[in-house]
Amino acid sequence: MATYSFILNGKQVSVDTDGSVRLLWVLRDLLGVTGPKYGCGLDVCKACTSHINGKAFNPCSVQVQDIKSTDQITTIEGLPATANADLHPMQQAWLDNDVAQCGYCQPGQIMAAVALVKEAQANGTTITDADLDGLRNICRCGTYVRLRQAIQDGAQNM
Amino acid sequence: MPEHGRSNVGRRRFLGYLIAAPTLAVAVDWTATQFDPQRADASVVTPPQPEDIYDLGDMQNDAAAPTSGLITVTVNSDGTASFAVPRAEVGQGMTTAIAMMVAEELDLGLDKVSITLADARPELEMNQLTGGSNSMRSMYTPVRTAAAIARQRLVATAAAKWGVSAGQVTAANGVLSGPGGQTFSFGELAEAAAANTVSSVTAVLKQRPDFKILGTPQGRIDARDIVTGKKQFTMDLQIPNALPTMVARPPTINGVPRSVNNESAVLAMPGVTDVAMLPNGVAIRAATQGQCIDAIQVIDVTWGPGTVDGLSDDTIESQLTAALPALTTPVELLAQTVKADFFFAFASNSPLEPDCAIADVRGDSAEIWGCLKVPIVAQGEIASSLGLPQSAVTVHVTEGGGSFGRHLFHDTAAEAALASQKMGKPVKLCWSRPDVFRQGRVHPMSVSRVQASYLAGNVLTYEQRHTSVQTDFGHGLGEMITATADKLPVAGGLTMSQTIFELTESSPYNFGVTNQSLNEVNLQFNTGSMRNIYSPNVVTAQELVVDQLAAKMGKDPVSFRQAFIKDSRLLAVLNKAASAGGWGKSMPSGTAQGIAVHSEYQGAIAVLVEIDCTPATVNRQVADAVTGPRVTKATVVVDPGFAINPTGLEAQMIGGVEDGIALALTSSLHIKDGLPLEASWDNYFYTREWNTPAEIDVIIMPATSDSPSGAGELGVAPAMAAVACAYARANGSMPTRFPINHDAKLAFTPYPAEPSSVQSPTDGLDHTF
Ligand code: FES
Ligand code: FES
Repeated sequence: MATYSFILNGKQVSVDTDGSVRLLWVLRDLLGVTGPKYGCGLDVCKACTSHINGKAFNPCSVQVQDIKSTDQITTIEGLPATANADLHPMQQAWLDNDVAQCGYCQPGQIMAAVALVKEAQANGTTITDADLDGLRNICRCGTYVRLRQAIQDGAQNM
Repeated sequence: MPEHGRSNVGRRRFLGYLIAAPTLAVAVDWTATQFDPQRADASVVTPPQPEDIYDLGDMQNDAAAPTSGLITVTVNSDGTASFAVPRAEVGQGMTTAIAMMVAEELDLGLDKVSITLADARPELEMNQLTGGSNSMRSMYTPVRTAAAIARQRLVATAAAKWGVSAGQVTAANGVLSGPGGQTFSFGELAEAAAANTVSSVTAVLKQRPDFKILGTPQGRIDARDIVTGKKQFTMDLQIPNALPTMVARPPTINGVPRSVNNESAVLAMPGVTDVAMLPNGVAIRAATQGQCIDAIQVIDVTWGPGTVDGLSDDTIESQLTAALPALTTPVELLAQTVKADFFFAFASNSPLEPDCAIADVRGDSAEIWGCLKVPIVAQGEIASSLGLPQSAVTVHVTEGGGSFGRHLFHDTAAEAALASQKMGKPVKLCWSRPDVFRQGRVHPMSVSRVQASYLAGNVLTYEQRHTSVQTDFGHGLGEMITATADKLPVAGGLTMSQTIFELTESSPYNFGVTNQSLNEVNLQFNTGSMRNIYSPNVVTAQELVVDQLAAKMGKDPVSFRQAFIKDSRLLAVLNKAASAGGWGKSMPSGTAQGIAVHSEYQGAIAVLVEIDCTPATVNRQVADAVTGPRVTKATVVVDPGFAINPTGLEAQMIGGVEDGIALALTSSLHIKDGLPLEASWDNYFYTREWNTPAEIDVIIMPATSDSPSGAGELGVAPAMAAVACAYARANGSMPTRFPINHDAKLAFTPYPAEPSSVQSPTDGLDHTF
């Protein structure tokens, strides 16, 4: 047991646990932040996708001891604040396209989409079909067609 | 006209009850408000098969009739209305559709309607079962009746306060207005309109042309909660002291633990609080799920045999083939035949959310939380396994992260209850991803033998013998069938599965003498339905044979179907799909269109897809994935009778297409020595971004009925069939084994059978983007 600290959705938090515990369980089971979902714990389904220092990552596959106290972790709960709004433009695009069915994959989908668009913008490109094909997030309800449209719409307002 | 749309003299009135409550509450008894779904009129040459005249949805509606329970719409002092629906929400949009019904008849904004899921209510009996795409059909009239009576009561209360006649009061958007410009909000009158005693009241319902909300596109009522991460699934609930609990599971399906050989070492691991033996595994409770997984890596269990040890894909298939009954339909001497055998692999009905349930079992009571489509059965069985009276077990129904058939069963809730009882502590019991694929419910392997004969431009016979590993219906459907048995138009002596087959499968074509039947092989797999029961496989085999018949008889697939389809609604959707999807357009070699039709649950649907089977596409390389042929476009034309929410219906059709693509091309379980090899989403290949069409057009036909049909499952069968037909046309040969990649070299390296849950990686920071 040791104390681990990091910045979660803008606030410094600390937690006492074993260093090998993956960050997803720290968020969900110890801190009660349940936006990132457990779908596999294998870095496969991407339902847990969140951001570390603005980049998409999968907390089910990162030990808490590998997180630095200055690392900024953003979950879906903290996404609107990164856009200084009630809803991030990508979340609004999701509403406009009524993307969700059961919703279980959608926090992860939105976090991945935001990172994908930011990466494209940093490279001075726009989102292509090939970029969308490269997303690994699973939606078992099969909302792909709408979420692809929402990513394009959300990108316009980012 | 103040009571616009309600003034028709002689219109049917529906009965409900004002309930004594602090604010206005109106209940309906489902017995009194049964509605008859419109039936498609089939102009038949082939005598109607049972499904044509009496389908599974009807059976559920009738089964609901003899028992009654009250369902109640309440108007609250804050101007909202609330309703606890005795159904499960698993992504199908049921809560949104129900909210629309309430909002429509109350004349209240949709955002003012709150829908929750009712706890298990034993008095509702079969009324509390979500399945068979029956929710919309059975709730439509009762819910609207309750809301209409509530509105009527609010109008009468306002009229009395103002000393005017009810006819002079209008209601709109949650506000009542009088002739002199007076207004009351619904909230202001919620208490005044409340009743002191129960009394019966009747009301007429709005007619379809007067609808302002029903039939209009609406976003999901929980969409904002979903995109902000606020929507809570079972795993997200914070129940005091319900620590994460996971289960070390056996190396073969349904294996049993004999002994735990290192319990004290496991208990000494960081975070671990309890270890308890369950019928099919050893439960470990810990501070975090990760520490449960850690303990599963370490625990040493001696396992006894499972129920299908030694069985593998090939041995199971041999048993099915051996059980195929002889074809019995006589074929005329001069007639020619088309004959084919089809194979459909085991498939997993796992949603994205792994199975999870919370249990807090005390000495004399228990509280359970879980996504349960048949909560009353769960409550009864859990109570008896705990040795408690049913009334001592409270079952809360939570929203599910998908279902696809999985939540018809309460396996996980039962395990959680036992674990909590043994540990004497609350538990949040969660299956791991490998558990879900390897020990969870599966859609059974099946083979289908089809023979059709034709002569002089006519199809004379169509015979389909479907033989499947037995499907488990242990979820309340059994009771339903017993309750309605005397009304079923199928012969006696059929098993439950055969009865359900007869009720759901029916050839849509005038193919002369038509015989379809089910035969089952009883192997002890944990089976269940999967977003429909038999239709995807049965219809795929049928539609492939139809294309063969068309080719042999020198006809194009669409014009052949046009000539033989029985039902006018089905013909209409076929014609629309062919025109909207550009049937027959010229396509590059290696690509093709495919089309299929289906009717079930009083709905009619046609799906036209385009597939790309060119080497450049088939041989795409994506890491840890199956690429293969890609469906590039799909056009779905659906006649749902009446679409309550076109946006939600379209979503269900889109999901159905993605499921159909997966079943035809990529997703199956490989059984080896009593265990599926698949353990992750990179083993079990549901449709992914690199497999999805960029475009799925959904066209909803103008209403052909006043009542909705079932829609949640409707799209899967024709989508799978259309993909199979397109694949056949692109490659010039008919596939007979599904999914088409099932027999190819495994596209993944299987995880070992033990430990049963796979340890999480640690290199996540190497893969950021
Ligand atoms: S739970 Fe993290 S990728 Fe699946
Ligand atoms: S919306 Fe259900 S898994 Fe994506």
